[in-house]
Order: sequence, then C-alpha cells, then structure tokens
Amino acid sequence: MTGSATATRPKQRRQRSISVGGAILIVVYTMLPIAWILSLSLKSPGDLTNKKFLPSHWTLANYRTVFKTSLFTDALRNSIGISLIATVIGVVVATFAAYAIARLDFPGKRVILSLALAIAIFPQVALLGSLFSMWRAVKLYDTWPGLIIPYVSFTLPLSIWVLSAFFREIPWEMEQAAQVDGATAWQAFTKAIVPLAAPGVFTTAIIAFFAAWQDFAFAITLTSTNRARTVPAALAFFTGASQFQQPTTAIAAGAIVVTVPIIILVLVFQRRIVAGLTAGAVKG
Amino acid sequence: MTVTAPERETVVAPATAPSYGMSERTRKERRLGWKLTAPAVILMLAVTGYPMVNALYLSLFSYRLTDPSGRKFVGLANYGVVLRDSLWWQDVVTTVIITVVTVAIELVIGFIFAMVMNKIIFGRRTVRTAILLPYGIITVVSAFAWKYAFALDSGFVSNWLGWLVGKNYNWFGHRGSALLVICLEEIWKTTPFISLLLLAGLSQVPEVLQEAAKVDGATFMQRLWKVTIPNMKAAIMVAVLFRALDAWRIFESIFIMTAGAQKTESLSFLTYRQSITRVALGIGSAVSVLLFVTMVIIAAIFLKGFKVDLGTVKGERR
Repeated sequence: MTGSATATRPKQRRQRSISVGGAILIVVYTMLPIAWILSLSLKSPGDLTNKKFLPSHWTLANYRTVFKTSLFTDALRNSIGISLIATVIGVVVATFAAYAIARLDFPGKRVILSLALAIAIFPQVALLGSLFSMWRAVKLYDTWPGLIIPYVSFTLPLSIWVLSAFFREIPWEMEQAAQVDGATAWQAFTKAIVPLAAPGVFTTAIIAFFAAWQDFAFAITLTSTNRARTVPAALAFFTGASQFQQPTTAIAAGAIVVTVPIIILVLVFQRRIVAGLTAGAVKG
Repeated sequence: MTVTAPERETVVAPATAPSYGMSERTRKERRLGWKLTAPAVILMLAVTGYPMVNALYLSLFSYRLTDPSGRKFVGLANYGVVLRDSLWWQDVVTTVIITVVTVAIELVIGFIFAMVMNKIIFGRRTVRTAILLPYGIITVVSAFAWKYAFALDSGFVSNWLGWLVGKNYNWFGHRGSALLVICLEEIWKTTPFISLLLLAGLSQVPEVLQEAAKVDGATFMQRLWKVTIPNMKAAIMVAVLFRALDAWRIFESIFIMTAGAQKTESLSFLTYRQSITRVALGIGSAVSVLLFVTMVIIAAIFLKGFKVDLGTVKGERR
C-alpha cells in the first residue's frame, strides 16, 4: 500500500479499527469459557451458588482436594503416560507410512490414503461394544495398552496426512547432493534430511497428543478402575471430596489442571500447530 | 505458507503398469513402500475392521447375554426393530438439528474470524494462540464449563440474562434450551478449526483478482460473493464436510451436559447406551452398524452429490 496521501487515510484508520475490534472479539470469544471455569475452580463450595461470574472469596482449596484424590492423581498419571506412549508410537508408524507415500512409487498408495480418510471419519462409538468384548477376551480391558492401541489407530490418519504434506515439501535432492559431496548415506540422511523433517514430525506429535489427551469414549468404555482410567473419564465420574459436597468446584479445578499442558503447548507452538492443522486438512 | 504450489513429483503412479517390464529398482521401491506402510495399515484395520465386521455379524442374531444358548439367526430383523423404533428416529432428528445448526453457524462465524485473521495488522500471534485454545481443550472440560455456566445452581448466565428468561430458568429442563446450550458448546469448541481451514482457503484467493474487482468499482459485498467465495469453494466444502461428519458423532458434550435427558440424545449416545448395557447384543450391534451407515451416506452425499474432490484439495492430483 503506497499511500496515495490523504484520501486513503480515514479508510485505513477504519480498517485498522475493524481489525483491532475483530481481534479483541476473537480473544474474548475464546477466553470467556476458560476464564469461567478458572473462576469456578477458585470458588469455595459455599460460594458456588452465588451465580456470579467471579468468586467472592478466592481459594485454592479445590486444587488441594483434587491432588489429594487418588481418582484424579492416578488418572493424571494414566493420561500423561498413555497419551505420550500413544503419540510416540503413532508418530513413528506414521512417519514410515508418510515417507513411503511422499517419496516412493507403489501401487496401493491411493487405497491407503482413502483408508486413512475412512478411519478419520469413522464413528468410534460404533466400535465400543465390539472392542469391549475383544479387550476382555484378550485381557487388554482396563490396561494401558488397551487404550494406547485405539489411540494410535485413530491418530494415524491425521498424522499420515500432515506428515506426507510436510514431506512433499522437503527438497530431497539435498540428500543426493550431500552424498555427491562425499557424505555417507547415513550422514546425508541425518545431516540433510532430519533437520528439515523434524519440525513436521514434531508438529504431528503435538496434534496427535492433543487427540489422545482428548479422548473420552474409549476411556469410559475400556477402563473400569484407577489402573488405566484417564482424566476426561475421571472428571465425569468424580463425585467430590465427600458425598455431602457438590463436586462442581473440584471438577473445575481438575479441568484447569488438564488444560494447563494444552495452554503451554499452544503458547509455545501456535505457529506450528496452525501450519500442521491446515496442511493436514487443506493441502495434505 | 499455505499457498498450494503445484505438486511436481511423480504422484500419478502407473498402478496398472505391467509387471514384466519392471526393473529391479522399481520392484524394490514397491516392496519398500508396502513394508513402510504395512504397520499403519494393520493398526488402522485392527481396531476398526475386525470390530466392525464382528458387529455386522452379531447384528444378524437374536442374542441376549443373559441367555447365550438362545442365540439364533434372524437375518435383518434387528434392523427392522431399530428402524421401527420411534427413539431411533427421535435421535436422528436431534442429531440432524445439532449438525445443521452448528455447521451453519460455525461457517458464518468461522468465515468472519478467518477474514479478521487474514487482515490483522498487530496482535496476530495473540489471536492465533487464542483461537487454538478451544480446539486444544478437552471436550469434556468444555462441556463442563458450559454446563456449569447454565446450570440452575451455579450458572451465571441466568443471572446475566435474567431480564430475558427469568433468573431461575432451567436451561436443561427443556428440549429446545438444552439443545441450544449443547449447540453453543459445540460451536465454541469447533469454530476455531473451521476458521483455520477457511483462513488457509482465503490466502489462496489471488490478490490480483481482488485488486481488479476493486478497480472495477466492486463493493465489499460484491467482491465477497463474486470473487472471494467462488475462489475458495474447495476449502469451504472440505471444512463443511469434516465438520458435518464430526458434529454427527457428537457424544461427550451430551454425556456431560444432559446424559440424553429432555430428548437431547444423539445417535452416538444411543449407540453408546446400547453398547455398554450389552444385554441385547444383536440390537446393539445393529445400532452400531446403522450409525456407521449414516456416516457413509453423509460422506457419499458430499463426495458424489456436491462433487467435493478430496483429490485436488489433498494436493494429490495437482
């Protein structure tokens, strides 16, 4: 925009104020429910029914309750362990597949991509009954692997898309170039390709972790005890510190605890997550 | 960043190429391709293929867990039972309402958000971070936030909207208002995703066309309808397809907010109830299969009816 002097200035100012207003609107839109649950988690149980947005007395008691409840602490351990393991396995498997899809010529490529699409839109709830019976038969019911396996399977489609989109953009000639310059095949791969592929793999891992961290349907159906129950399921079953107390504020505190890792990941990696999400869906 | 450069490499594999003319190198490449993709394919099929076939098989039997010896083949009778049940159709209606309402509103809000993000001058980072939060947050957490905001005992919304509905309005006591809250939660949580897809589509609209239309004196609305939207049709259709299929599966938020009370049960929730009780295995399996079939129908309508070509959008064919 080369300023054609005074004529455009009011228009530019108007555009800027619309843009700023829009930005504020978006931030309020996204933050309001999060602020509400945060405020709720800082209310005392007696304060719950005041029907105000903010607490009249701020308290951290709910967080103490939550961290003293084994239902929640065990669930937190399970969530972190299961989601991380599922993410690592899923990303490794997806990296192999995406490399093949982006780089190699072989019949069946389209079939695999269509299969991934079908799995991505698959109604997971339709599997619960059968998986429940299967997992009981093979003793995977209420275990970590019992959740890790479905999480890997259901994060694979998105991971394969996002990764093959990233891999297509890598200038693979670099590998040959490095080899011509005297590097071994392994050196060429680690020095030329890995640094270029790492951001894509990392982005995929974040998105896969989000998906595993989110899951509710498998978690409530395929677990029954603190052994493998994850946080989303635990929150739904949480009944409070004692049976005489409303669990609302404690659930809110638990909700905030599991939201913190998400907020941190989003704050640090927002750019990569946006690139990954749009690559997977629009470009892939 | 999001501009799709024409893919240059050899994507169009000669899938039907006669194998006798194949060099050793090609054969090796094929084998490596299959080896590398095999783990992913096996994992994806193990958790979906077998259970789905199992459900299909069980749905053909009259089978009660309480009476395993009384199992007998009944053909498609279970499907008849489900499809004649008014509860199934009530849940179909509920799911249709939720899907249509949320996707329509999300498309409008998502488009506005995308336009704001496209033109934003400062605060870009903050807005992007903010927009990712609803996407990243656990659905159960978001459902609790919205539930408590509207609940009779803890909700501030009735307090704020007291002039409109009365201070003690029971949002979850009526079908309409309960569905409204469920839709609001769904919209809040998933609009960011749609807006990011639309933002990517928006950045693919050639700036030259916009400038040309401006020179020709087109107003903002004219440019929107005649230039912007036609040029990002593919992105819009993909966003709508993915969101519609996602909304059709709505489960967690209904589980948390109403547990299906006040006729707010969705098809997924019905399937879940039938699956966990595990008493009438045949009927339960039939419901599972029918849920799957409804999704196939929706996907088929989009892909064939609206000619959404995932190939071009996925960058596969270009």
